Amino acid sequence: MSTVVTPGLFSQVDVSVSKKTPYLMAAFAVFVLVAFGFVGKTDIVAFQWSKQDDLIHLPDFLVASNVVGLILGTTLVAIAVASFVLAQGKRVTPLWLTLIFGMLAVVALLAWLAAGNTLPFAFILGNAVVLAVPLALGAMGGIMSERVGVVNIAIEGQLLTGAFLAAVVGSLTDNLYLGLAVAMIGAALLSTVLAVFAIQYLVDQIIVGVVLNVLVLGITNFLYAQWLSSDGQNSNFPGTFPIIPIPGLSAIPIIGPALFEARITTYLAYLIIPTLWFILFKTRLGLRARAVGEHPLAADTVGINVARTRFWWVTIGGLVAGLGGAALTIGAVGAFGRNMSGGQGFIALAVVILGRWHPLSAAAAALLFGFSIVLRIWANQVSPGIPTDFITIVPYVVTLIAVVGFVGRVRAPAADGQPYIKG
Amino acid sequence: MKLELRGITKRFGSLVANDHINLVVNSGEIHALLGENGAGKSTLMNVLYGLYTADEGDILLDGVVQKFKGPGDAMAAGIGMVHQHFMLIPVFTVAENVVLGHEPTGILDTLDIDTARKRVREISDRFGFEIDPDALVEDLPVGSQQRVEIIKALARDAKVLVLDEPTAVLTPQETDELMGIMKGLAKAGTSIVFITHKLREVQAVADRITVIRLGAVVGEAKPTDSAATLATMMVGRAVDLSVSKKEPKRGETGLSVAGLTVIGDRNNKVVDDVSFEVHAGEVLAIAGVQGNGQTELAEALVGLRTPSAGSIHLGKMDITHSSVRDVIDAGVGYIPEDRSKDGLVGDFTIAENFMINRSYGPPFAKGLNIDFGNRERIASQLIGDYDVRTPSQVTLAKNLSGGNQQKVVVARELSRDLNLLIASQPTRGVDVGSIEFIHERIIATRDAGKPVVIVSTELDEVTSLADRIAVMYRGRIVGIVDAKTSRETLGRMMAGATV
Repeated sequence: MSTVVTPGLFSQVDVSVSKKTPYLMAAFAVFVLVAFGFVGKTDIVAFQWSKQDDLIHLPDFLVASNVVGLILGTTLVAIAVASFVLAQGKRVTPLWLTLIFGMLAVVALLAWLAAGNTLPFAFILGNAVVLAVPLALGAMGGIMSERVGVVNIAIEGQLLTGAFLAAVVGSLTDNLYLGLAVAMIGAALLSTVLAVFAIQYLVDQIIVGVVLNVLVLGITNFLYAQWLSSDGQNSNFPGTFPIIPIPGLSAIPIIGPALFEARITTYLAYLIIPTLWFILFKTRLGLRARAVGEHPLAADTVGINVARTRFWWVTIGGLVAGLGGAALTIGAVGAFGRNMSGGQGFIALAVVILGRWHPLSAAAAALLFGFSIVLRIWANQVSPGIPTDFITIVPYVVTLIAVVGFVGRVRAPAADGQPYIKG
Repeated sequence: MKLELRGITKRFGSLVANDHINLVVNSGEIHALLGENGAGKSTLMNVLYGLYTADEGDILLDGVVQKFKGPGDAMAAGIGMVHQHFMLIPVFTVAENVVLGHEPTGILDTLDIDTARKRVREISDRFGFEIDPDALVEDLPVGSQQRVEIIKALARDAKVLVLDEPTAVLTPQETDELMGIMKGLAKAGTSIVFITHKLREVQAVADRITVIRLGAVVGEAKPTDSAATLATMMVGRAVDLSVSKKEPKRGETGLSVAGLTVIGDRNNKVVDDVSFEVHAGEVLAIAGVQGNGQTELAEALVGLRTPSAGSIHLGKMDITHSSVRDVIDAGVGYIPEDRSKDGLVGDFTIAENFMINRSYGPPFAKGLNIDFGNRERIASQLIGDYDVRTPSQVTLAKNLSGGNQQKVVVARELSRDLNLLIASQPTRGVDVGSIEFIHERIIATRDAGKPVVIVSTELDEVTSLADRIAVMYRGRIVGIVDAKTSRETLGRMMAGATV
């Protein structure tokens, strides 16, 4: 046998890597360096590493705002250069580097906004985690669905369903755990509708998803206006899960309080994200699911039931997204508001893509978005000089830049969005 | 294991794809199922594999009647299948593909990839496949991917192995290797059903031959029977597949391509610095194994893909960056390789399909209106001239047989005043009668003094039509040789060897 295993066709040809990412990074880095560094404010920023009641209390770190801008701007320039060198060597900038870049850029912006003020770093990090949880869980639901080949535009609707049911059921029964369970089941049922229409009746998945989103938004708005707004004490006052510090871990400086003084919804997310990764990439169940999403006919010919696999993954994905919705209400603010998800389901879709359909990367991406949302909330309080609308768009701008600029060429599951019609 | 099919009948609506088919394959035998495209071979095998359910008839293994509800049942009973289009997941490793559906597992449902690897290595070593279990399938050449399919079947203890048109994607050398593998498997006791329409291969490897035509068994034949006998059984009449043609009268340069490079969908050079010339009155055939850039080259020539470098000249005219319409108006006829996807609109009538590349002007349009009278006249003339077998010119294209669909495309492209004809896989999936007809027309175009480019993966077609042959491998032209070059040399070139 003379044939040796050689790389595939055309492999020897020159594959060039797009320089989009390094150029975009360079533009941002220079902007940070100039705007926040060279012409930045000279007022002192107090970095508040820990809260007063933390076990290990670090002193505040005082530094001039423009010094932070200069240091971080220089670091960002260095990362941009590294990315450029990688692209020259025909290598793609790794995702972790992009994420670090994003985090540092956000910190530089924070330091600029907080000039002459205190920067409650611990507070921001903690809230970023809380805000990232619904995004991350929504993204996990999306990954579960898309990995088996069903495009899930309805994450938004599932988050909203979860948020609504958790608040209302939790409030009416005075049992938050029951609220959580009903929220998850409700969102899963919504997912079932998507699954049945997409898998059984082969209806266009995007259209079903959009219809479901509009439907849920309409119903919850109606119920909110007709019922919750007048009967709020009774039906929309569930409170939140208690904050449970994990002994030992929560004493770690800076990240301890942020990560390990959290509610059960956050801890469930910590559990679900690595579990999903493990199932997808290490088990038989995950191998079969990915096979269905890549090449359903091939999966069918080895005896895997494509329709059933897709149905269950999409449905259970809804369960996870419903938990994310509950995290919005009983896992954070303790009441339901009109259009509470406010587009976070769509940001979760961006998180899925930015995370390249990978649970761990998606979780990291969700944290970046959580950061940008908390920034919006906090910046509104400290810098009244900046127009509120401008700061409000920050998360969406981050979404846009992340998807357009940094994602690069990614490969979705090959059969994503394609119905499977059995011969 | 002995396989027996008794009276298998499968209907799709009014079409009878399989009509009471009987077939017996003995243990350790290579049994060829010979038939034309559309004779019902693949349908029969999909019934055997549980993908379709037969309307009538029984499948017996070692004398026991089987009921297959799906491929899982067929596999469990010991039937393995190597599909014409590989059922492999490109982003999975070889080992993952091989064990998919019957994975060895450890605790917590974890994939036991070591056992999977060992299983692949074991089978690969036993039959000399030389396959790395950890290679990603998408990185493997087609011939190796096919071996992965065979390993996949053997890993499930397949006693009956069905190979559906396995040589379509292979070079002649790879085909020889595959035949060696088949013989080795048969010696080890595996029963093999070998589905093909290639007489040469049947004669080389089969122990017994069953010929089917129009969904029914015509009879049995022996591998020692002459090719002419087998062809007559397969087609139903005497056929002469050799194309008679005169020496070419070469004229001026009709098409010159210089340094053409096309970047493909995955950012690779699918056409890599390709240069050639075609003279008026000659046929240049682009040969090569499927997927070596021929499709993209043809598409670039007609303006469907934008080249990143190089030039295309039609006579003196530069058409490198011309739009498709300008290319059509310049007199380039194009028969695309996939007629149902790129050649026709299935839901349009035949008459409408005749006019779709000239919808905007005479003879089909008058001002903003369709010239219905003219269209009807032209359509009935083309249907007559090109022997399109159809009830009427308002029949929908999708309701025609493959051969007649192809004749519609050929009629549309050849009925214009051409300066160049590009025909990609002009006879793929077409019955023998239509193949003869289409070949005659292509030669007639050449003899009328037009330059002709044929893209074909069928070596027989290439050698019978071409005056010169350019062989493509991985996007490059390995060499341009005379049409009388031996099959062996062409085969080596198709595997990348330069002359």
